[in-house]
Amino acid sequence: MADLETFRRDTRAWLEAHCPPEMREPVRDESDACWGGRNPVFKNDAQKQWMEAMAARGWTVPDWPADYGGGGLSPEETKILRQEMARIGARNPLYSFGISMLGPALLKYGTEDQKKHYLPQIARGEIRWCQGYSEPGAGSDLASLQTKCEDKGDYWLVNGQKVWTSYADKADWIFCLVRTDSQAPKHKGISFLLFDMASPGVSTKPILLISGYSPFCETFFDDVAVPKDQIVGELNKGWDVAKYLLGHEREMISGMGLGGHSGTLGEALADAVAADPLLRADVARFDVDSLAFRAMSEKFIDELKAGKAHPAQPSMMKYAGTELNKARHELVMAAGGSNALEWESERSRQGKAAREWLRTKANSIEGGTSEIQLGIVAKRILDLPGV
Amino acid sequence: MPLYHSDDQAMLRDTARDFMAEQGAIRSQLRHWRDIGCKDGFGHGLWKQFAEMGFTGILIGEEDGGLGLGHVEAGIVLEEIGRNLTPSPFLTTAVAFVEAVKGTAHGARWYPGILAGETVAALAIDEGARHRPEAIAMRAERSGNGFRLDGAKQFVVQGASADVTLVAARTDEGLTLFAVEKGAKGLEVEGVRLADASIGARLAFDGVEVDADAVVGEVGGGETVLARALAAGRTGAAAELVGLGGAALDMTVDYLKQRKQFGKLIGEFQALQFRAAHLYSELEIARAATLKAQQLLDEGSDEAEAMVSVAKAKAGRASQLAVQEGVQMHGGIGMTDEHDIGLYMKRDRVLAELFGDANYHADRLARLKGY
Repeated sequence: MADLETFRRDTRAWLEAHCPPEMREPVRDESDACWGGRNPVFKNDAQKQWMEAMAARGWTVPDWPADYGGGGLSPEETKILRQEMARIGARNPLYSFGISMLGPALLKYGTEDQKKHYLPQIARGEIRWCQGYSEPGAGSDLASLQTKCEDKGDYWLVNGQKVWTSYADKADWIFCLVRTDSQAPKHKGISFLLFDMASPGVSTKPILLISGYSPFCETFFDDVAVPKDQIVGELNKGWDVAKYLLGHEREMISGMGLGGHSGTLGEALADAVAADPLLRADVARFDVDSLAFRAMSEKFIDELKAGKAHPAQPSMMKYAGTELNKARHELVMAAGGSNALEWESERSRQGKAAREWLRTKANSIEGGTSEIQLGIVAKRILDLPGV
Repeated sequence: MPLYHSDDQAMLRDTARDFMAEQGAIRSQLRHWRDIGCKDGFGHGLWKQFAEMGFTGILIGEEDGGLGLGHVEAGIVLEEIGRNLTPSPFLTTAVAFVEAVKGTAHGARWYPGILAGETVAALAIDEGARHRPEAIAMRAERSGNGFRLDGAKQFVVQGASADVTLVAARTDEGLTLFAVEKGAKGLEVEGVRLADASIGARLAFDGVEVDADAVVGEVGGGETVLARALAAGRTGAAAELVGLGGAALDMTVDYLKQRKQFGKLIGEFQALQFRAAHLYSELEIARAATLKAQQLLDEGSDEAEAMVSVAKAKAGRASQLAVQEGVQMHGGIGMTDEHDIGLYMKRDRVLAELFGDANYHADRLARLKGY
């Protein structure tokens, strides 16, 4: 315990000294976050400085082993670091699907060479990753995916199409589910492949969404050649890796339920709720749900780190967190009234409220719909009979 | 501190789970006392057994002969009480009252009897049909060496069998808490059987004279005493609700795996699977919120007050959903007295009201947050 107190004191002092004031402001939107990559776009020096300072200590991935670029912290130390960051409102220094999704899968399924090669690049924010899962014909029924991957002796040849690939147009590499055996039952012919988005034959096309943003792309593979050592896990056993990674993706998405700020929604909407007793009641009930979910999130992470969480619990978290986030934005819109309808004005910051509200509607679809999650909870946690 | 039970706490949970399932079961306790029309609504023998298990001393300090444990441990016992609908004075006596008198002269007076499983305590707070402790109107006027109490209280859980009742009243100095002993002259106690077969009481105070040393804490300092009692009682009720809702879910999921219609187990139907999974999610969140409130109370954190209301409101709603879905998914059998699921619905309704319902606590959270 004394050691942890020392750790907390040292961490607090280090953060005070190294976290620039600009990085203690909440992230305003997805473009305001630092994503790293081969050609990183930093909004300001503070963003770069903060990412590099944290990466140098391995604190972009505090609980990964130091050998792979992590901080090597224990679960208790990791929690203290997060608490101390939250205390000063420090931003996440690096947003990364490499950290939240691929990294955990590599740690579990990667070869030693793969871990040594890919993980430190992720930790330092040098490579920006995207996820090639969904296809036009494979949404909720993900395992029916058809992107073809043929063994050409000394390389793999990939042909097909992915869709809803987040930031594919900005990503350096992709982790991708491909079909390596078209004769086997659908779950048993899938492999998990990594490749460079700069490879000849890869092209992307952003999809315009109802929010007016284009965070997702269509991604096309036309005779893409991939080196043989870039499969993670065993050939045709990629579904195991895919599911494990999905657990982490769901865990990440469930974080949206936290709302990104430490206060309650009622405090943020104080003027509007003061003028509308029914709205105040709705917001107060929401804040009960929101603070309860915050406790759930803390409990889930603590249990996960201690190996006590049910393997299907991320599905519950994803379901609850995303439904909560949608409810939050419905209330923000109600409180905003007609002001919140403005789409392009300066005063609405180019329709921030309306666009974010629409963006959240994807939360309960991406990473597996709410209905998929409820089905997983019903079958794997409640052990209800399957179809 | 991680937000899950430590090894010691998990051990206590196993012990409490086994004990309550064996000794506190619905058939031998709730149904038994209900069906014979017991005026207390619980068994004093079981209360003694609680003491022998050490449960009654969980929140009493070691220097006073207790276990010196916290709200997390009290909540562990309450969750098992909730699972089995075990009637007992544990929540009012060993949790709320013990916390209320902590650090006052009344500890020495009442703790030994509570540790022995002999003393029963109650809280007299509500004056109307709704829990509104901010609006307590009952008066306590100075009289001789002490005070004279006039007024009425209701929903005094265990009030009919209490050896001592903590009474909240207003003096000229402000809200003051009194420990009023059983049989006080001018105190009329009407035992009232509630929907769940527990016994509440309506108390009428007609010039009840108490000594100055009946005051718990300071004259006019009742807010802090009441706050301690209510924080403990609300968090405890939340834990009991989580146990109750969890048992209703388990019972319902078991039924979904047994009952066949249209040639299928009804648990194969997606319409029911999704509702059961949603309910599981709500109960897990309620359990996390309740554990967080317990830990914050044990740490003496400033954030505890808000989290207590979050826990009571969330547990109230989740448990309410559990019993409603439970009865509905059981179909006709769920409407019979013979099946236990309906007993869960009735107990849930009582616990939902106790120490403030979900609306009260959502409103209280909003006020604490300044809106």
